[in-house]
Amino acid sequence: MAEAKMAQAGNIKEKIARRIAQEMRDGYYANLGVGTPTLIANYIPAGMDVVLEAENGMLGIGPSPFEGEEDPDLINAGKETVTELPGSCYFSSADSFGMIRGGHVDLTVLGAMEVDEKGNLANWTVPGKKLMGMGGAMDLVAGAKRVIIAMEHTSKDGRPKIRKVCTLPLTGLEVVDMIVTELAVIDVTPEGLVLREVAPGVTPEEVQKVTEAKLRVAEDLKTISY
Amino acid sequence: MDKRVANADVAIEKLFDGATILVGGFGACGNPENLIAAVLRKGTKNLTTVSNNAGMVEFGLGLLLKSRQIGKMICSYPGENKFAAQQVLDGEIKIELNPQGTLVERMRAGGAGIPAFYTPTGVGTVIAEGKEVREFNGKKYLLEPCLRGDFAFIKAWKGDRWGNLVFRKTARNFNPVMATAADYVIAEVEELVELGSLDPDGIHTPGIFVNAIFQGTNYEKPIEKRIVRKRA
Repeated sequence: MAEAKMAQAGNIKEKIARRIAQEMRDGYYANLGVGTPTLIANYIPAGMDVVLEAENGMLGIGPSPFEGEEDPDLINAGKETVTELPGSCYFSSADSFGMIRGGHVDLTVLGAMEVDEKGNLANWTVPGKKLMGMGGAMDLVAGAKRVIIAMEHTSKDGRPKIRKVCTLPLTGLEVVDMIVTELAVIDVTPEGLVLREVAPGVTPEEVQKVTEAKLRVAEDLKTISY
Repeated sequence: MDKRVANADVAIEKLFDGATILVGGFGACGNPENLIAAVLRKGTKNLTTVSNNAGMVEFGLGLLLKSRQIGKMICSYPGENKFAAQQVLDGEIKIELNPQGTLVERMRAGGAGIPAFYTPTGVGTVIAEGKEVREFNGKKYLLEPCLRGDFAFIKAWKGDRWGNLVFRKTARNFNPVMATAADYVIAEVEELVELGSLDPDGIHTPGIFVNAIFQGTNYEKPIEKRIVRKRA
């Protein structure tokens, strides 16, 4: 039972990653957050050059190293061992956040605890819970040209994560451009949230039912293709 | 000119109780391991440490948390050290969380003679509390003060007796910035090389920023998250 649940969770994360990979464009410089966003790297179409940034100071993150070839001096921002690709480069944290804050990063994909209808984002802390810290998240959402949120549609106890107003401490004000969940693709617009795509077999009504904020259904509503 | 010192213990002779130390590294990568071990031996108390993370329970700054030598941490992501989180919750140590880009820019400014700067990061969040907000071209920014240390502990790959430094891969991280922003900057290197043997075009930290340098020993360099690929 537990295994079946875990397999399903893995499947959800992969689906979300596959859909977001379709937002990549040739020549993009992108920063992928820890967790589901990192999986997106596996689904970038072959032949497309997308340069991945690690905010600890690297452009051109390659795949995980082969066993025995791990290098403690070569990690991503999630502190995982990675490799370099031809064309990779290294730089200081100051240069890294200059890139991020200065608007040079085309896209960042992050997880979230809550997003609201204005595109406000809460993804760094839950008061009273374990102390973590915001790391680079506040800088990424303040500076990247486009911010996509990759998350499960509801919390583990089934509560909506897409809210009218965020209840948790914010990471950024009006920073989210798009939300991708296992159920839907939602754009944040000046007029509120627009439901662009639904997962196969899911109706807009079903999405609205687990979404606290009001969704406007796009006239050309599509089914997500993976 | 010769900035070489014998070892980490000699390098931190001037360290005092209550000092602020900038400590290089990102997670366990690029940590000044020998200098941290020397502080542990010296027993200096009530330190303020500035570092992206809080080390691991048995490595890096985690060792100085365990020995209760740290009174305050300025950092962006202490989350992976449970012991640090517990000490903060228990009120044993103070913590000041900074967004990572703000943390590094505060030191960049501190090293470059800029007393404060405006940044878009953190507007509308708890980070903005008590800070001046100013609008430029219709967008809001926070005023953030620069940050300097009494000491900086830098870990580099190679260095020479003038203090010129070269870092390796992502072990560079906060190190070159911190090297500019303290009154007394100590670099420990894996390899101390002859003056003139480093390519002048390839030097990451010019020696002007460094006060003391020594070759470290017994680097542990733990890997926090070992992720590997199976061979086909």
